[in-house]
Amino acid sequence: MTARSVPTDRDVDVVVVGGGPAGSCAALVAARAGLSVVLLERGPFPGSKNMYGGVVYPRILDELIPEWWNDVPIQRWVTRRSTMLLTETQALTVDFRAGAWGAPPYNGATAYRPDFDNWLACHAQAAGAQLITSTTATGLLRDSAGTVIGVRTDRPDGDLTAHVVIACDGVNSFLAKEAGLYEHTDAKHFTLGVKETLALPKHVIDERFGVRGREGVDIEIIGATGGVNGGGFLYTNLDTIAIGVVLKLSKLGAQQQRPEQIIATLKQHPAIAPLVQDGELKEYSAHIIPEAGLTMMPKMTTDGMLVAGDAAALCLAAGIWLEGVNFAMASGMYAGQAAVEAVQANDTSAVGLAGYQRRLSDTFVLKDHRKLRRAPALVLSDRVQHLYPGMVANVVERMFRVDNPNPKPGVRRIFNQERKRAGVRRRDLLRDGWTGFRSFG
Amino acid sequence: MTDHTGHTRAHPAEILAPNAWGGMSFQERMATAEFRIHHQPHIVVDGKVCADCSTRECVVACPANLFVPTSDGGIVFNHEQCFECGTCYLVCNREGAISWHYPEGGHGVVFRRT
Repeated sequence: MTARSVPTDRDVDVVVVGGGPAGSCAALVAARAGLSVVLLERGPFPGSKNMYGGVVYPRILDELIPEWWNDVPIQRWVTRRSTMLLTETQALTVDFRAGAWGAPPYNGATAYRPDFDNWLACHAQAAGAQLITSTTATGLLRDSAGTVIGVRTDRPDGDLTAHVVIACDGVNSFLAKEAGLYEHTDAKHFTLGVKETLALPKHVIDERFGVRGREGVDIEIIGATGGVNGGGFLYTNLDTIAIGVVLKLSKLGAQQQRPEQIIATLKQHPAIAPLVQDGELKEYSAHIIPEAGLTMMPKMTTDGMLVAGDAAALCLAAGIWLEGVNFAMASGMYAGQAAVEAVQANDTSAVGLAGYQRRLSDTFVLKDHRKLRRAPALVLSDRVQHLYPGMVANVVERMFRVDNPNPKPGVRRIFNQERKRAGVRRRDLLRDGWTGFRSFG
Repeated sequence: MTDHTGHTRAHPAEILAPNAWGGMSFQERMATAEFRIHHQPHIVVDGKVCADCSTRECVVACPANLFVPTSDGGIVFNHEQCFECGTCYLVCNREGAISWHYPEGGHGVVFRRT
């Protein structure tokens, strides 16, 4: 750690915009290296604007906060993960439990984002970053060459100059757009997440979901969103459960279905209704998700500025893997490291900041996205959404139905009949299977 | 619902109407989230641009149901209980119809249990 003096020509070394998981990790890393850091948060406290579909995978914090599990404010450790395929009257569930996920170093946890994000921001503050809440960054400050040299805020005399601006201002990132890092914004790259947090007594949740103590359940659901492409989720907090849907924006308007209506339909499904019954609505919330992975990612770096987290579309929406907070924390951490390098080398141009892109490329952040680049489109495709769930559920129903006096039909015959009945062409099925195999295999 | 100055504000009648699903009115649903309302709207809708829009995806897609069509073909918009998600401007296909920015620092939605 070096004791670096306050920069002469700028207010601070680094301004981080947004006190979410990306911003707090960026601020933590930069402050710990001795840089002067301001962390701006537009809400009254970090996490107050943030909402998600339910599970944090914090192992990336091993590098930053050793034994983070001792004080992280989580709700439950996910020890049971289910994937559910629904039709109107059927449900097929693949249910997995791992005892090891209930003990250090754990795997995933459910958490309230206002708790989790606030906790992470406190670590950034403890490292020396100055957190300024209730302050919106309204635009970029640039010099005559176009280099980003700070941000404008909505405070009186609120200009704040810095050697590096790290934009962690979320999925709508006005700063990344202003910097020209996004070529265009297209509704088809986004999904809308809506969620209900429902109160239930802890013992009722434990009984309904078959867990004890701090064990928790995460259920991902396909076929739950009617005519709108998307998915559903249901997970347990300590004394609430959260149920919601993720909806493809470009289909929502066309289908004339309202988001809360789609949740209501999901809650009435015979496989879901007993789990959510009598849950009292405590909070209704919504947020946009950058869903399209590599297809939509912006340029990550420009002179004087880096983009991380949802602002950089670093959210993995690949069906069986739904992750965002870990990508935010990692990209924030790498942005912080690159900013430190650049400031110490006195070169905060895009060239000086190139360590960020290199780190993203060399780690899971972009490796996962490259490997799963075809997955988001496949998962949200019309066949996966509207044809396969019914086909698969019918095959299973006929396999398990005892239709005496008729003898049992062969599985292959059932499958072919159901494939034809669903209107699925063999070559489409093979092509999707191959895409899935290449992505997930 | 009260704003930061303590004044009670009315909703458009359409938002008050209870809906058939869930046994809860939309207003009750929205009352579960906290909003620190700023008098200055952070979203501005240009009704002239909206007037000849036939798709009106914002009306269906906005999770807070803030866009309400009027009988004369316009759209009434209320910024007060906005989740600040961005759905409206993303689904909008009319250039200039919706101007969207974040509310003043410290204002707008405050999530607690998401």
